[in-house]
Amino acid sequence: MPRRTDISSILVIGSGPIVIGQACEFDYSGTQACRVLREEGFRVILVNSNPATIMTDPEFADATYIEPIMPEYLEKVIAKERPDALLPTLGGQTALNAAVALHEQGILAKYGVELIGASIDAIQSGEDREKFKEIVASLDVPGVNPEVARSAICHSMTEVLAAAEELGYPLVVRPSFTMGGVGSGFAHDEGELRRIAGFGLSASPVTEVLIEESVLGWKEYELEVMRDKADNVVIVCSIENLDPMGVHTGDSITVAPAMTLTDREYQAMRDVGIAVIRAVGVDTGGCNIQFAIHPDNGRMIVIEMNPRVSRSSALASKATGFPIAKIAARVAVGYTLDEIPNDITAETPASFEPTLDYVVVKAPRFAFEKFPGADTTLTTHMKSVGEAMAIGRNFTEALGKALRSLEDAKAGFDFTSPITDTLADVLAQASRPHDGRLQLVMKAFRLGATDDQIFDATKIDPWFLDQLRLIYDVAEEVRHAPELTADLLRRAKRHGLADTQLAKLRNLSTDVVRGLRWALGVRPVFKTVDTCAAEFAARTPYHYSSYDEETEVQPRTKEAVLILGSGPNRIGQGIEFDYSCVHAAMALREAGYESVMVNCNPETVSTDYDTSDRLYFEPLTEEDVLEVFHAEAAAGPVAGVIVQLGGQTPLKLAQALKDAGVPIVGTQPEAINLAEERGAFGKVLTDAGLPAPAYGMAESAEQALAIAHDISYPVLVRPSYVLGGRGMEIVYDDASLVGYIERATDITPSRPVLVDRFLDDAIEIDVDALYDGTELSLGGVMEHSEEAGIHSGDSACSLPPITLGNEVIDQIRTSTEAIARGVGVRGLLNIQFALLSDVLYVLEANPRASRTVPFVSKATDTPLAKAATLISMGATIAQLREQGVLRPVGMDGTTTLEAAPIAVKEAVMPFNRFRTADGSWVDTLLGPEMKSTGEVMGLDVTFGTAFAKSQAASFGNVPTAGTVFISVANRDKRHAIFPVKRLADLGFEVLATEGTAQVLRRQDVDVTRIRKASQGPGPEGEKTIVQAILDGEVDLIFNTPHGQSRDGSPRKDGWQIRSAAILADVPCVTTVQGLSACVQGIEALRRGAVDVRSLQEWSAGVRAEIAERS
Amino acid sequence: MPLSPATAISKPAILVLEDGRTFRGVSFGAEGETFGEAVFSTGMSGYQETLTDPSYHRQVVVATAPHIGNTGWNDEDDESDKIWVAGYVVRDLSRVRSNWRSNRSLDDELRAQGVVGIAEVDTRALTRHLRERGAMRVGISTIELDADKLLAKVLTSPQMAGANLVADVTVSEPELIAAVGEKRFTVAAIDLGIKDMTPTRMAERGIEVHLLPAASTIEQIQAIAPDGVFFSNGPGDPAAANDAVALLTEVLNADLPYFGICFGNQIFGRALGFGTYKLKYGHRGINQPVMDRSTNKVEITAHNHGFAVDAPLDAATATPWGEARVSHVNLNDDVVEGLELRSSDGTLRGFSVQYHPEAAAGPHDAAYLFDRFTEMMAQHRASATGEGNA
Repeated sequence: MPRRTDISSILVIGSGPIVIGQACEFDYSGTQACRVLREEGFRVILVNSNPATIMTDPEFADATYIEPIMPEYLEKVIAKERPDALLPTLGGQTALNAAVALHEQGILAKYGVELIGASIDAIQSGEDREKFKEIVASLDVPGVNPEVARSAICHSMTEVLAAAEELGYPLVVRPSFTMGGVGSGFAHDEGELRRIAGFGLSASPVTEVLIEESVLGWKEYELEVMRDKADNVVIVCSIENLDPMGVHTGDSITVAPAMTLTDREYQAMRDVGIAVIRAVGVDTGGCNIQFAIHPDNGRMIVIEMNPRVSRSSALASKATGFPIAKIAARVAVGYTLDEIPNDITAETPASFEPTLDYVVVKAPRFAFEKFPGADTTLTTHMKSVGEAMAIGRNFTEALGKALRSLEDAKAGFDFTSPITDTLADVLAQASRPHDGRLQLVMKAFRLGATDDQIFDATKIDPWFLDQLRLIYDVAEEVRHAPELTADLLRRAKRHGLADTQLAKLRNLSTDVVRGLRWALGVRPVFKTVDTCAAEFAARTPYHYSSYDEETEVQPRTKEAVLILGSGPNRIGQGIEFDYSCVHAAMALREAGYESVMVNCNPETVSTDYDTSDRLYFEPLTEEDVLEVFHAEAAAGPVAGVIVQLGGQTPLKLAQALKDAGVPIVGTQPEAINLAEERGAFGKVLTDAGLPAPAYGMAESAEQALAIAHDISYPVLVRPSYVLGGRGMEIVYDDASLVGYIERATDITPSRPVLVDRFLDDAIEIDVDALYDGTELSLGGVMEHSEEAGIHSGDSACSLPPITLGNEVIDQIRTSTEAIARGVGVRGLLNIQFALLSDVLYVLEANPRASRTVPFVSKATDTPLAKAATLISMGATIAQLREQGVLRPVGMDGTTTLEAAPIAVKEAVMPFNRFRTADGSWVDTLLGPEMKSTGEVMGLDVTFGTAFAKSQAASFGNVPTAGTVFISVANRDKRHAIFPVKRLADLGFEVLATEGTAQVLRRQDVDVTRIRKASQGPGPEGEKTIVQAILDGEVDLIFNTPHGQSRDGSPRKDGWQIRSAAILADVPCVTTVQGLSACVQGIEALRRGAVDVRSLQEWSAGVRAEIAERS
Repeated sequence: MPLSPATAISKPAILVLEDGRTFRGVSFGAEGETFGEAVFSTGMSGYQETLTDPSYHRQVVVATAPHIGNTGWNDEDDESDKIWVAGYVVRDLSRVRSNWRSNRSLDDELRAQGVVGIAEVDTRALTRHLRERGAMRVGISTIELDADKLLAKVLTSPQMAGANLVADVTVSEPELIAAVGEKRFTVAAIDLGIKDMTPTRMAERGIEVHLLPAASTIEQIQAIAPDGVFFSNGPGDPAAANDAVALLTEVLNADLPYFGICFGNQIFGRALGFGTYKLKYGHRGINQPVMDRSTNKVEITAHNHGFAVDAPLDAATATPWGEARVSHVNLNDDVVEGLELRSSDGTLRGFSVQYHPEAAAGPHDAAYLFDRFTEMMAQHRASATGEGNA
């Protein structure tokens, strides 16, 4: 049954902004799907609001809509494009929910759009827990009894106790209809049950609790299952979680294939998995099914299934070489699995089950340090922001690589630091699942714990515990050996120990260990991921290192360029950098080089074996990158390594690589250092005559005060020994400064504190530019909507900048060029400026691709990452202009074009994921430290509509009616009157706090007064504005920051309002420009005039205008 | 308790292939010396079933899955009464066993049964070598650590091609496996190296299985009045199994419904007039895609065969008993994976598959073939009764 011929165009929905639980794995799956569908000759229409994705690059679809993933926008796209079918299974829960909404609103029926990949029934059967339980219970699988967790619904304590009698302890108690799971808990005995269920019954408005048997501590497994319309079903991968049930699989260390099942148990699980996909009715495509297995008796419980491609399927695809999304797209359009070739072997079909001769370990990356006070306990609610995957020829090797891939100093095993805790303490800490648990297990070994003691504390399977003990044993051998022999080194490397760990164990420098290892010839070989355990020859060079005997790297004649990726996603370094790396791979291929990707993030497009000519799935550490370089240098000529596209991760390696003799292409490590080292960069600025905010370095509180008085308040303070903007604060007076220094620093001459002048009320500007050594091309200038002091990654911005005049742009160009020249940039450069009283201050320069490269590239229809790659390889900007990569002479990303869109970027925050240990929400204040996980883009002809779209895509639609709250700083009051009056005229109810209300009344605006948070509730219980927001009584917030407030609690009211807005998902506008824009957007929405336009249409207009002009 | 391979001081072992390629590792299981045909098996689960499968008699099995021994050894999953492999090659042997059904460790079991193992070998390199050069003889030793000397011994060890090993593996006396529940059929199963799961799957379907020695005669088969005859899997070269071919010919002449698995497929092929040949490196694993050409459905199947039937894929072949055709094909390499024989009126008279519908280890996708067997017997019985009445 070949490809369907009755459909010719397909709508694909992406997953929107990156949020915790839904990250760039859906860019990977969506990109694969779009590629495949186009190859098959379909017209592909794509909707995704996330500009940082590869899938939204214009060449991946026929019509690419960066528009909000909401039924009203999707309907406009459908009405315009009239697709024959909708494929909703590759864009995560977002796409699935959108498809269900389109179905329920009758839009699919209205336009005759067929749902392919999964039916509405199947989606609902997979999603609806009760329905799913019924399906599992009714399965008929010979020799197996598929079960779901047993439970009972109870309405009284008598019923609760009877249920406990039946189900046995421990039990999960879930009160019905309480907000956010209030009153849920685990009961291990009757006392706890009486307490928790008693509270639950009273908390539940219907006096009802669900009592469910607990599977906490059971073994946890997942199967990735694929089915075609001929009912052929294959299991692509089995995954076993090292962390037992109770920890979300996204937060668990997971291992492929399953390690502790006999064939009988594995086959029983396989049979049940196949029965589930059939019964749920996923006709064509992939799904993911989770199982819990009782460690003592093998009882199997089906936990849940996702009737779509998931994070685990991305992992399984990378782990096995079986591209699930690609195959899912093909079966969705009619192929059967046996008709689809296995890309890797080319000669065998996709209707098989991959078999692995290696072990894959995935480890989660957390960001708790960004959310002070957040409870680090891992639960069934996912908290990690990214992940790294590693491949080794055994578990210990893969685990060691996975942990060092995380680039978290605390993640790798520490065999040497002194331990002050007792074993009892360590075991007690380890019994709480949290981000540091694995390290506690190692600590427990060092304190002499038995495997049984650790098992009792953690329920980690004894096989995994012994593997961890094996790592410990090997470390001890290394520590106590009379000398480091080749055999011992090889053995240590085979069990995943890094050179840095060996160095610590032997009290040597890492360089000495590496030198010795190389001298003894102990180096890794590179094996191939081939789906078939070497049964057939592999066509795709998808490699991983292992300390084994035989290497499989093939010699080549073409010159290679290594691209270092960005590693696991984290806040501040995510998909945007992967975007640039993927572009580099494509550009290099096109330019005739062999592109070689090195990365360890399984969610990404860059780690698809199709993206580059060669893929090395390796940690991005000095050791691992040097070994890849060594292998590639042995295989053929290497032109160099690109470090400027993967964010800080590769940038940090640049100098060490160069010192080791590795050629770096593009901006050199010395130039990178010049931009990053404060003193050196200061000199660059001074030489160029560019102003920067005054600053000083304080070695005592007295010095800090002196500096602050010298440069005047407000000042931005941070400890110099904490990297990455952590612990920054803005203070406005002596008392706050002293308070900060006491609370947050450990000030000494060796640990000084940096004090910078903070430019209150400044406009922040972000610039991406290209420099080839002689010529500069501005990629784009973005104006932040948020006030200064908020991290650029968390701030909304617009391109073109809406309030900056041409003189300022010219000044930006001159300054950028001076810095690019002074630093010695070859490729991309990102600079942050602040404009205050017509003075353009330089805040920071990064000689690398920035987070905004994909946004700028899409807004300006210019491939910046490609251009940067070619410049790194020696091309000039003049040549790139000639080739049409860059705009012609006299134009760049700042050129005003009638046909170009206004683009607005908005950030998306993860605050609703984090609570403190006592259950309250973490502080949601925005500040100099970045906290957002993702971004969206709004594109339109007018700023207002573009802004409205960006808000819709991130928070939900801006309201077209309802209640608006206004609180404006004095300086803004005059400018705010007109838009607020307009809102009132449009019928909005206007709320304001006292000061603002007075001004508005004078202007004849009908306004209701409301209490500030700092005033507290009124005598009659009148709500404060914060409470009103949390209670859902406000639809739109307009709050410009007040700067320093008179009572010395700077901005507190405003920040509380903003927190409430984030928690309640209410759009919050913080600038007058933003409000005007928002009002324009509201008017446009009310006129129903909001239009959708594809990137290809925008591009055609822009290109025509450029051609006409030049 | 930690075992030797995981500690620094462990006993060395050496593996030498007949073309001289040598791998050094550490000893596990029994110490000593062993020879056989080196083959690789790609299953990620089921080493206990694999090691006890009589078809692996005289073969040294290389496990491509890197971690072996994790679930130890239990008293339930053996496929016969002993370990048959001549030697076992793994990369990482588990120091502990973790499974609720485990009774002892793999290492202990191999040692108790005198089976030589070698660990810490680059099994992927070894597998690639066998893939490129083909299955070949191998020796493993913990005694002779000089590669050249061991190679000389390897070169004098027996070849697999031409080997008739049936006598080594078959039952000495008939055995009876009772039907589970109501008995519906009687089957004479010729034991050429049968796995325990095969009669189990039959018994579950109401079949009383009479397991007969390979040297049984047609009279002995007919003496139990079977509804059908079954030839099992087993080791060795089908080209050397002339006795079994002769016996099957008589079974077909006697108009008894026939079902064969693996070796039983090759014997069926020869009885129907086809040749057999040795595959370069065989199919051994539990992930092989096979298409049932009657339904066009793909099943994921367990394989363990080094030889295959040489039959035309797209043409029927006339035989004395009707038309024979290829019923199942491996989608990886188009190897014949099943045969069927239909009488002139289209009635199924006999069929066989080259792979293992009984699985163990492996997926259960092909279990329907046991149902097909009972249907064939039921139909045959009905038509026989019908003829009798007429």
